[in-house]
Amino acid sequence: MTRAFLSGNEAFAQGVRLSRVQVVSAYPITPQTTVVEALAGMAANGELNARFLHVESEHSALSAAIGASMTGARTFTATSSQGLLYMAECLVYASGGRYPIVMMNACRSTALPWNIYGDQRDSLLLADSGWIQIYAKDAQEALDLALIAYRVAEDPEVSTPCMVCLDGFTITHTYEAVDVPSQQQADAFLPPYRTSNRFDFEDPRNLAFSAGPETNYMFKKKEHEGMLRVFGALEKAEKDFNEIFSRSYSGALETFATEDAEVVVVTLGAVYGLVVEAVKSLRKQGIRAGAIRLRLIRPFPAGQLKEALSQVKHVAVLEKDISFGYEGAVLSWVRAAVQKGGLDLNVCGFVAGLGGKDIPEAYIEYAAKTALSGFNGTRFQGFDEEDL
Amino acid sequence: MLKQILWHGRGGEGAFTAAKVLAAAWALKEGRYALAFPSFGPERRGAPVRAFTRISDSAVGDRSEITRADIVIWLDPTLPGADKPELELTEGGIALVNRKEWSDLKNAADPERVINFDASGLALKILGRPIANTVLSGAVAALSGGFDEEDLKAGIKAVMKPSLVSKNESAAIEAFRFINGLKRRIA
Repeated sequence: MTRAFLSGNEAFAQGVRLSRVQVVSAYPITPQTTVVEALAGMAANGELNARFLHVESEHSALSAAIGASMTGARTFTATSSQGLLYMAECLVYASGGRYPIVMMNACRSTALPWNIYGDQRDSLLLADSGWIQIYAKDAQEALDLALIAYRVAEDPEVSTPCMVCLDGFTITHTYEAVDVPSQQQADAFLPPYRTSNRFDFEDPRNLAFSAGPETNYMFKKKEHEGMLRVFGALEKAEKDFNEIFSRSYSGALETFATEDAEVVVVTLGAVYGLVVEAVKSLRKQGIRAGAIRLRLIRPFPAGQLKEALSQVKHVAVLEKDISFGYEGAVLSWVRAAVQKGGLDLNVCGFVAGLGGKDIPEAYIEYAAKTALSGFNGTRFQGFDEEDL
Repeated sequence: MLKQILWHGRGGEGAFTAAKVLAAAWALKEGRYALAFPSFGPERRGAPVRAFTRISDSAVGDRSEITRADIVIWLDPTLPGADKPELELTEGGIALVNRKEWSDLKNAADPERVINFDASGLALKILGRPIANTVLSGAVAALSGGFDEEDLKAGIKAVMKPSLVSKNESAAIEAFRFINGLKRRIA
């Protein structure tokens, strides 16, 4: 293990290298570009024994990745924003075909207005694509999630592609010290990819076939069940990860000071660090606040969320997303989990950080205090007096 | 302990590199943590840019932009705002402005809140080019306290191209020693 000073993208590239990927297929887009540059460099200088495919678009990037994965190769791609949306058609091919490709998405706003900065409208728009979605909070977790994502995605009980989401710029382009594991440690954690779901002249089978009404629903049910097994697979993978790398992760979600909290801020991604700081400030002011970070968005951890919120009275959901005409998508999922869990608590939403807007600590304190007042609607950062 | 450092420069002056050198110098040692990030967006030579460094002895959760800093650095004194650096300082904060006209530091009885420091002149002397960024990394490391010369060397090695390491080490360390000497005089 060595300590290195890396950006989130550079750290993720180290994780991909340690995963011994065999095929990388990608098209550059800000703020993903540097992860692909790093991998192209490693493939060129022999540090990474992989075929690097230069393709002409994101649609082709994922199409080629699917083809590579169908041969049984461990395959990687990365994208962001409009690139992810251009891939959308292929996302459902990969998930429907059960090809455990790992993709890094540098979360960024969607056009128009044109904007290259971070928010989470791109990945959340594709929550229904059948891909596992997991969100990192910093560069170390990003690196580690590259390895963990392959372990979970390739688990034969799961066999589902995985999108690892890094907040654009606030993770991808922020530099911090990162422990880079040794190849030996990585190999002990992540065995080579073995699957029967591939082209094999010795054992020929039909892949990527049609299925009419009489059988299609069975595949979709299996796809759903595979996704639901991610909870267990992630827990197991992170237990093994801790044994080998001595770093622990908390599965579907992470909590801070929720045990006695009257108000909890639920969020995802890099802003969680600041939410924790805000919770500490609120506690100094006599407000019993707590924080929850959703690591998994798909599958959605409704059961774990119910447990974490069982003693809480007020919830503020802070997300860099809006589903126009309703409310933040994550807010809706949290409300559904609360209802499903039979909890009687007040939930409200804060749409913040859109198009790269800086979220200061004061805004998070405002969100928690607004939730405490009994507010149950949605507010937009910058329009604090308007209920939407 | 959390120290927040705000860098102002123009595209091409290396403000972000300076921010990274300082963060790497701190965080490459076990048990110390730092973040370095620029004001994000399209890169244009000559346009005003900001960069941010947070250093701490515990993990840094706050990734928001720094608006009030313990140390503010202006790499270019012609930038709007460089004449009022105190506006972005915390109580007890110090601003370093890269100006040819030095502050009258030798007789300073109290630490000045705004120090004019000819970082470009020092860079020209050591690097042969008036690129002041690593000089200022060294100066800020000394102002901040808690760094040693080995930390600075590690930071420069982690961030800069190998061909640039040696001279920039000299530049950063000369500034580091200069500011440390000054701090002793003031104390």
